[in-house]
Amino acid sequence: MAEWILSQFPDSILGYVIIGALPLLFILPYALVTIYLEMKMAAHMQDRVAYMRTGWHGTLQPFADILKLLQKEDIIPTAADKFLFILAPYLVFIGTYATFAVLPFSSQYAGSELYLGIYYVIAVSSITVVGILMSGWASNNKWSLFGALRAAAQIVSYEIPTALALISVVMVAGTMNLQVLSQQQSGGIFDWYIFGGPFPIVKKLLLIPIMFVLFLIQLTASMAEVNRTPFDIPEAESELVQGYNTEYSGMKFAIFYLAEYANLFVVSAITVVVFFGGWASPFGNYLNSGGWELFWFVLKGMFFVSINIWLRWTLPRLRVDQLMYVSWKVLTPFALVCMILVGLIVVSF
Amino acid sequence: MNQVAEYFGNITQSLKTIAIGMGVTFRHLFTPAVTVQYPTVKMKLPERARNRLYVNIDDCIGCDQCSKACPVDCIEIEIIKSTPEDDLGITSSGSKKKLHVPVFNIDIAKCCYCGLCVYPCPTECIYMTPVYEFSEFDRQNLIYNYARMSPSEIETAQLKAKKMDEELAAKKAAAALAPKPPVTQPIPPPANTAI
Repeated sequence: MAEWILSQFPDSILGYVIIGALPLLFILPYALVTIYLEMKMAAHMQDRVAYMRTGWHGTLQPFADILKLLQKEDIIPTAADKFLFILAPYLVFIGTYATFAVLPFSSQYAGSELYLGIYYVIAVSSITVVGILMSGWASNNKWSLFGALRAAAQIVSYEIPTALALISVVMVAGTMNLQVLSQQQSGGIFDWYIFGGPFPIVKKLLLIPIMFVLFLIQLTASMAEVNRTPFDIPEAESELVQGYNTEYSGMKFAIFYLAEYANLFVVSAITVVVFFGGWASPFGNYLNSGGWELFWFVLKGMFFVSINIWLRWTLPRLRVDQLMYVSWKVLTPFALVCMILVGLIVVSF
Repeated sequence: MNQVAEYFGNITQSLKTIAIGMGVTFRHLFTPAVTVQYPTVKMKLPERARNRLYVNIDDCIGCDQCSKACPVDCIEIEIIKSTPEDDLGITSSGSKKKLHVPVFNIDIAKCCYCGLCVYPCPTECIYMTPVYEFSEFDRQNLIYNYARMSPSEIETAQLKAKKMDEELAAKKAAAALAPKPPVTQPIPPPANTAI
């Protein structure tokens, strides 16, 4: 698809700009849908009904929210470091947006079929840490700085179990390319790596329990990486007002939120690609062409986004020490053990 | 060994409790909401709910009982005596009204909705209604004026009452000047006789 677009605009930078802007076509409607979904799920889990007035069952509420945020005054505190303060939200968004470059939305479309796909995702998504630290420091506010420090500590800690879990799957698959990973799992639901991957039955059966543990580790750690509620100590509103985005208003605040929701999809998509077959249909070759691939990918992604939302409105926030305990004393050792076991299985079969 | 068991026990317990918690929230996702869409849908009030006061001024006899009962002094009543030739009508309970009520103000902003004014009313003309949406932008609008007499009516009533009072006073003065009729003394009890 990238080649086709480039061929339409020969000798021009326009083709690259269009390719670069394509993920926005997905992110913006996705963010609107997810904001609505999150509010509705949160409300119904608490026996409320959420938005009901704007449009049918409040479906137009996300648009109204954005309209409101657009009209807001863009306040920059006088004591803030102006340059960093303005730069930070965009940097956070860039870190998230860059990972969309390798997400295989279908076998035809991926911004880049980078052979270091997973490595790239882990590396680039860490740029958000820089943005968050920047916003906390530039705000010149103790709550913001505390939130930023906590966010940095949390994201850096949880990247280790994530990376270890993904490495185990990479060892099984023999590739880091997200497109190839999806291709390997396109033979129906039992070829997905959560069910042991496309291997002979003995290897499969040995891999299934390990893959399940790895999946739980990846799910937990990725939730921590996007700073969502069981792990939302960087934004803990009862302790830190709103954490690193306390001082932000108007569109800058909206961009932080957009980045958070986009990041939520990225981690869900990585889980989908690595464990649940990416764009592959669960029925093998049935319903597995062109548009259907996009459909399956987005559907699976949204399923994990919903699970994140579900967990968010179920669990209370962890304490800082509990957070570190979960990362360093539970997830990391388990991921290491799984990695060793996977290594043994890969070597012996 | 004990610590190892505790470590794995904690992990399995947390996984189990998370699963239970997710089950609870999932069940609630499909239970009907307990909230209602308030301005369009309203919840049924309890039978004896106390909300906005209302005065049926037609039944009011100006006895001032409610004003005396009010703990926050939010009821203001003024009365004018009526002359014998005035006919103020009768209340719904059949008793004759004897007093004009030119002012009957309730400052609902002060009202504490205790309902103490309702019980002493002899004609049951002051009572609580189920209306609870009466916010105002100006606090002055919360002083409800229930009296229905026009200024001219009040003036004539006042003049009449004054005139009647003067006539009464004159009569009294005349009576005081007139020679007193002999007062029949009660017969004193017989002197204490020895028993």
